[in-house]
Amino acid sequence: MAVTNLINKSVKLFAVLLVSMTCLSAQAAVLDPDRADVLYHSYEGGGMTIDGPSVLLRKKTSESVAFTAYYYLDSISSASVDVISTASAYTEKRNEGQLGVEYLHDKTLMSFNLRQSDEDDYLAQSFSINVSQDTFGDLTNLSLGLSYGDNEIRRNGDDQFEEQSEQYRIRAGINQVLTRNLTASFNVEAIADSGYLNNPYRTVRYIDNSVPSGVAYQAEVYPETRNSFAAKFSASYFLPYRAALFFHYRHFTDSWEITASDVELGYRHPLGDSIELEFKVRYYQQSQAEFYSDLFPYRDAQNYLARDKELSDFSDITYGIGITYQLPASVSFGDTRSEASLQWDYIDFQYNNFRDPTADGGVGNEPFYGFSANVIRAFVSVYF
Amino acid sequence: MLKTLSPRITALSLNCIALLSLMGLSGCTSMGIEPWVKPYERQNLADPIMRLNRHPSASMHMAHVLEGRESARGAEGTGGGGCGCN
Repeated sequence: MAVTNLINKSVKLFAVLLVSMTCLSAQAAVLDPDRADVLYHSYEGGGMTIDGPSVLLRKKTSESVAFTAYYYLDSISSASVDVISTASAYTEKRNEGQLGVEYLHDKTLMSFNLRQSDEDDYLAQSFSINVSQDTFGDLTNLSLGLSYGDNEIRRNGDDQFEEQSEQYRIRAGINQVLTRNLTASFNVEAIADSGYLNNPYRTVRYIDNSVPSGVAYQAEVYPETRNSFAAKFSASYFLPYRAALFFHYRHFTDSWEITASDVELGYRHPLGDSIELEFKVRYYQQSQAEFYSDLFPYRDAQNYLARDKELSDFSDITYGIGITYQLPASVSFGDTRSEASLQWDYIDFQYNNFRDPTADGGVGNEPFYGFSANVIRAFVSVYF
Repeated sequence: MLKTLSPRITALSLNCIALLSLMGLSGCTSMGIEPWVKPYERQNLADPIMRLNRHPSASMHMAHVLEGRESARGAEGTGGGGCGCN
């Protein structure tokens, strides 16, 4: 009921602001330039290997309308600690497609986006609407957005299993030019999920002295609703020797009693006219969900049960480096401008109350789990 | 058993943003505040190296990687849409 009221209120608010924005008249802004990106991505860590291509195409059909198409493929090979403790390694593919349109009217930019993600056991469909407005001598940009998503969840090997979930999102943001070298932005987003929110393959473990191993497993049980709220502050600063410094801080809280925050510092430095270097470091930490436990004392120990490591108390740190090279005109197509980029992120995860069930030590006394991942992106961007 | 995220807090946040937005839309100039960075003073901010979303495909990939492995989501400043995976 509270969620319904919130959504109703939000839709009314959205409508009022939309009318306010479109009633303003001002000098015209411009749409982003046309571009095409072809990217190869790879993730390797924690027993998982995921890679595949993605393609992004953006084309203006006039000075006020632009279309975007996006395709993304994940080829997944998983033997993660969650899988190998209770099931077999698996491989699967996930296809994602997005179509979007942007319409610019004076200083108001409206966009509509459709998205579908499809794998053997999961179909996710969503749409989103976003409106942004330049105002106050173009020093301020205000944005609002709504999304709705519908998910169908299945379980491979069980034709009878079919569940659904829904997600509503509402977001707002303000971007402000503070000085001739500094901008800052503040974004908030509320998300309401309902339906089947479990992972249908994952189990919790509990003490069972009737079996030789002393531990038994049962299916996870999650609440059927989850309401979350996130707020993010960002700042970008232009350094006097032509380089850029970026700062982000986000705070997150939800109705499962997870509180999380992340902080990121980035630095972009050009070398000559054709090379850009990027460096970043990011730290993330979260508290556990209220119904999470690494080891329950007995079967059906509480109404809701979870042992997803993503719901445990943990932190991770990311170190990233990237290089972008502007390709010479001799290897670009026609009048286009092209760039080649390579980005590498190293992420180290350390769990504070999720133990590695494959390690020695006895039930409930195994060492805490941790792993690192390497994430690589290689891509070419063509501007035309 | 589970605390629900107070709808009041969420509604209050949204109302604050609405108020700020309407103030911004009605024009700070009506309150006697003039834009203090002139258009001809913004060449540094317009430099491509200052673009937060300089590489959109790469940003979307990294957001997808993190959303599948961390509980926090939202307020990235992009459309979002969920992990779409088990």
